[in-house]
Amino acid sequence: MIRSAGVSPRAETGRSGGLYLSMRPSFEDRSEKNVTRPEKIESPMSPKSTTPDGLVSPERRKVLETAARGVVGAGVAGVMLGAHQKSAEAKPTLAIRPPGALADEAKFLSACIRCGLCVRACPYKTLTLADLGDHVANGTPYFVARKIPCEMCEDIPCVKACPTGALEHSLVDINKAKMGTAVLVDEENCLNFLGLRCDVCYRDCPVIDKAITLELESNPRTRKHAIFRPTVHAADCTGCGKCEKSCVLEEAAIKVLPLKVARGELGAHYRLGWEEYKKNQGPLVKDIIDLPDRAPGDITPPSGVPDAPPILDPSKLPGGWKP
Amino acid sequence: MTAVTPTRLNREARLAAAGEMPARSFLTRNRFLIARRATQILVLALFLTGPLFGLWIAKGTIASSMTFDVLPLTDPFMVLQMLAARHWPEGLALIGALIVLAFYALVSGRLYCSWVCPINPVTDLAFWARERLGLQAKGWQPRPGTRWFVLAMALVVSAVTGAIAWELVNPITMAFRVVVFGSAASATFVAAVFLFDLFVARHGWCSHLCPVGAFYGLIGSGGLLRVSANRRAACDHCMDCYAVCPEPHVISPALEGAKKGLSPVILSRDCTACGRCIDVCDRIVFRFTHRFDVSETAEGGTHRSNCSGEKQ
Repeated sequence: MIRSAGVSPRAETGRSGGLYLSMRPSFEDRSEKNVTRPEKIESPMSPKSTTPDGLVSPERRKVLETAARGVVGAGVAGVMLGAHQKSAEAKPTLAIRPPGALADEAKFLSACIRCGLCVRACPYKTLTLADLGDHVANGTPYFVARKIPCEMCEDIPCVKACPTGALEHSLVDINKAKMGTAVLVDEENCLNFLGLRCDVCYRDCPVIDKAITLELESNPRTRKHAIFRPTVHAADCTGCGKCEKSCVLEEAAIKVLPLKVARGELGAHYRLGWEEYKKNQGPLVKDIIDLPDRAPGDITPPSGVPDAPPILDPSKLPGGWKP
Repeated sequence: MTAVTPTRLNREARLAAAGEMPARSFLTRNRFLIARRATQILVLALFLTGPLFGLWIAKGTIASSMTFDVLPLTDPFMVLQMLAARHWPEGLALIGALIVLAFYALVSGRLYCSWVCPINPVTDLAFWARERLGLQAKGWQPRPGTRWFVLAMALVVSAVTGAIAWELVNPITMAFRVVVFGSAASATFVAAVFLFDLFVARHGWCSHLCPVGAFYGLIGSGGLLRVSANRRAACDHCMDCYAVCPEPHVISPALEGAKKGLSPVILSRDCTACGRCIDVCDRIVFRFTHRFDVSETAEGGTHRSNCSGEKQ
């Protein structure tokens, strides 16, 4: 029992049973009888809060000490737990949450009750509950696409099984799931980029020709072959991870990454001129001066927004100009 | 070994020293212990038949489960943390939590601790090992009220971090996941609780620190199922019930309260209704009853008993 803390000098009243914290206004009061006592502070924990002459009673002091010790002890433990909690929000990039999982990891951790019902509902044993050392918040569900990807069940049983809405029940079309997005992270090793026709990620994609397309371009190495460039369209990619699983390389060249990692975001105030042109049936700003494009003639580009006629006719420039 | 350690059961130790058998059979002396182990195993078994044999009875974990695809059960303490973290549950968790809440509020809160919780066998084992090793020191003994601070801390951290905070360290659900989901690494936390109870603090975890137990105690304060010292007149003060009780402070008001006119029913919310006091008492002082049953048998008197075969 710590008795010395917070004791005022005038607490040395010679009492047995330790030192008391004085609550009295002045020293002289002590000698008088029937002094008006300072206002009693009644504590629900202790029936007698002060001794008859207005000092804090040992019982009350004990209660206060216990409370202080408990609050400080629990506070220290709480800060450590909170720090641990905050660091648990830093989920590894390759750990993917089930479909419908609340996008913000902090929100997800406020909702996930770590019951494993989604894990049990998954017919492909894709999901696992995080164990200590997985660096994913303890007991929460996740999967690693390279091990077992999401098979995108049409009835989404994992979402239906979730008792808390950590997996949002509003997700009813699995094609709208956003578990992440595939990114072809390594163009240097992707077989298609090397000029081969691997195409496995493209063929295995459940949303083939929407989420992954093959874009043709010339192979600069041979100058006579094509490169079939696997191209992910994030708007249609669910992040199921089938492409990552099926990549034939030792380490997948295409990986599912969290949207936060994989995607940029335009400023909310940005406007795409060509989109606005279509909406507005013309330019947003009238009488805009269109600087000459370095292209012959007045070709209408694929965007449909016509170029202004060239101010100068390049063919009449001195020396002539050939495209 | 002739010295009787203070925490060992006095009567059994004395009998063993005298080389005599206890008056009551092993089964009678351990029936509630056996029953509790049975329910604890049953709870785990209901979750294990599915993954092991494909016979699905209960799915999920002790945090939230679905039995026979109709009965949702959810740990209300976890839902409380969820609400503190400002998430309103969207599915069956709320109904499940209300069912569990209603059950424990009606029956007895800490029934959960001694009959369901998978950590209970672990800390009981630690206590048993303590006795076997003759560890006499109680070790670090925080106040029984410490759990209230831990409970408040779990809720505050949940509110501040916006996440279900206690689940990061909760050995109960970790133990459950070790068994039901094979989360082997989580066993380290379970082992930590075991070692803490064995070497650091007697009855340290369940009776002093665990906020889940504190929460269940709180909701079950008015629970009906209670242990009553209805034959307290027959008590011969062998202290065996105190030695075996994980929350010994709950016994004295009921057992020794006759003179003060206190009820023989153990009304403290800390009582886990484990029934060990009933088991160990050779004078059959205790029994399970409901909280309004204040009846008591006046027979006996406070004479020293010889019924267990002790030599006087």
